[in-house]
Amino acid sequence: MLTYFASLNPAALLRACPGGIAQGLIWGVMALGVYCTFRILDLADLSVDGSFATGGAVSIMLILHGWNPELTLLVALVSGLIAGWVTGILHTKLGIPAILAGILTQISLYSVNLNIMGKANQAINVNQTALRITSNAMLLWRTIGIMAVFCVLLPLVLYWYFGTEIGCAFRATGNNAAMSRALGINTDRMKILGLAYSNALVALSGGMLAQYQGFADVNMGRGAIVIGLAAVIIGEVLGELVGGKHLNFYLRLLFTVIGGIVYYLVYVFVLWLKFPANDMKLLTAIVVAAFLAVPYLRQKRRNSFHHAGALAKKEGGEG
Amino acid sequence: MLRVEHISKTFNPGTINEKKALDRLSLHLAPGEFVTVIGGNGAGKSTMLNAIAGTWPVDEGRITIDGTDVTALPDYQRAPFIGRVFQDPMLGTAPDMWLEENLALALRRGQKRALRWGIAKDEREIYREKLATLGLGLEDRLSVKVGLLSGGQRQAVTLLMATLRKPKLLLLDEHTAALDPATAAKVLELSDRLVTENNLTALMITHNMSDAIKHGNRLIMMHQGKIILDIAGEEKKHLTKRDLLDRFAALAGVQEETDSVLLS
Repeated sequence: MLTYFASLNPAALLRACPGGIAQGLIWGVMALGVYCTFRILDLADLSVDGSFATGGAVSIMLILHGWNPELTLLVALVSGLIAGWVTGILHTKLGIPAILAGILTQISLYSVNLNIMGKANQAINVNQTALRITSNAMLLWRTIGIMAVFCVLLPLVLYWYFGTEIGCAFRATGNNAAMSRALGINTDRMKILGLAYSNALVALSGGMLAQYQGFADVNMGRGAIVIGLAAVIIGEVLGELVGGKHLNFYLRLLFTVIGGIVYYLVYVFVLWLKFPANDMKLLTAIVVAAFLAVPYLRQKRRNSFHHAGALAKKEGGEG
Repeated sequence: MLRVEHISKTFNPGTINEKKALDRLSLHLAPGEFVTVIGGNGAGKSTMLNAIAGTWPVDEGRITIDGTDVTALPDYQRAPFIGRVFQDPMLGTAPDMWLEENLALALRRGQKRALRWGIAKDEREIYREKLATLGLGLEDRLSVKVGLLSGGQRQAVTLLMATLRKPKLLLLDEHTAALDPATAAKVLELSDRLVTENNLTALMITHNMSDAIKHGNRLIMMHQGKIILDIAGEEKKHLTKRDLLDRFAALAGVQEETDSVLLS
């Protein structure tokens, strides 16, 4: 035990933190995409695992073809837009349940991504490319600065968008589809657009991560949805702790990004504790499952047959 | 205002659950007519309302609202013409959105939605004014989540939302059935007032025969997907429950005792 603690190096943890923050900010963009479908449209969209890698693949391949790195992010964004649109069509026009539609897109994107890259992974030479988002230690703080500004501005854009007439129609669609249709909202169109926007953000985030790490991998999106959900949920818990139940919508979105950062800082910390890296996905899944289950169990404890039975027994004993 | 011509609808065709819900039904509504609809379970009342609202397409026939043929339009494209209140108070409002956001959605019913801000500044005054007429104290609670309101309050808000932008046709589908008697009476009174004040054309389904007689200026009775009785004007004013039961028994050709149970 003592040797274990002696083997931990506090300086190493400190050194790893900036990287964790940078990755957290990048995944924060992804989490905002997940927020759009999971919280606003009330859909669990699994296509993001595929579109995240698509964004990375598109960005890296275009950089290899000599494109400007920032411009490639725009193309990555569009690639995600198309992927989400496909899921939307599968779900609304072809009547496939949302979860299955997402899985179908995700699995087809696996082939698409391999075709984009020609093999399972592609790397760029980080020293020969003028990257603004990079894990290069010399430029790491600049990367964090750029990402931080972006992650403050993006929720502002989303806040504005969801406040407009069209944005209100989005929120209404996720909240009560029957009412929305009665009020003239084309709910199918809203779902398709929402899935497209969400995947656009996810692919953008994938492009950013690929540039940050200097390569794209066909498996880089595996479990992305779970990390996105973790960020959303951590953000909600923190937001409620800080701002209470009536948190302003912009702050809710901002806390989603903060959820991403916290997730990666915890990730860095757990790795520093020498937790095997292979088990990280298992750990993430357990954390997300626990957070999703807590509100349900809490409600159930107050409202269970077991509880009612125990009460009845007690009363019966008294009477 | 509304012309329904020979519409039919069969559910689950070709299966053992086949059900002919509407059978070449026709109905014409003049502007300002407030029609109450009665009939036993499975008579096709809600099916008729859903056909008019465009929940699904009809098998045959034509539906015209104020001169526009809407037969080929899905529900959300008929929204410019129609205000709806559902039987379930939960269906008419978005629970996680604010009261004012719900009203703003309703004010834009059937309009083109753009990248303008979802609620214009001067709208809130209108909402406060309209909410005050409900007498529920909601005018000071514009930013309450609608999910926190009671069923009766939500149904009153839904009624307000359905009429906020004057509809060519108001469809009320047993909208008081899920409420307690006192609240139901209040919501019915509100429906009456909104229809009269705005001079609306309306269709109201009810399971309560007294309500059907008391409200509106025309009454229709449905049976097996058809309208079997249509009473308006002076005759409607002097109608009694007894008359209705007798005529239903005669028209439907069934034992009065069994079906009167369904109707009352």
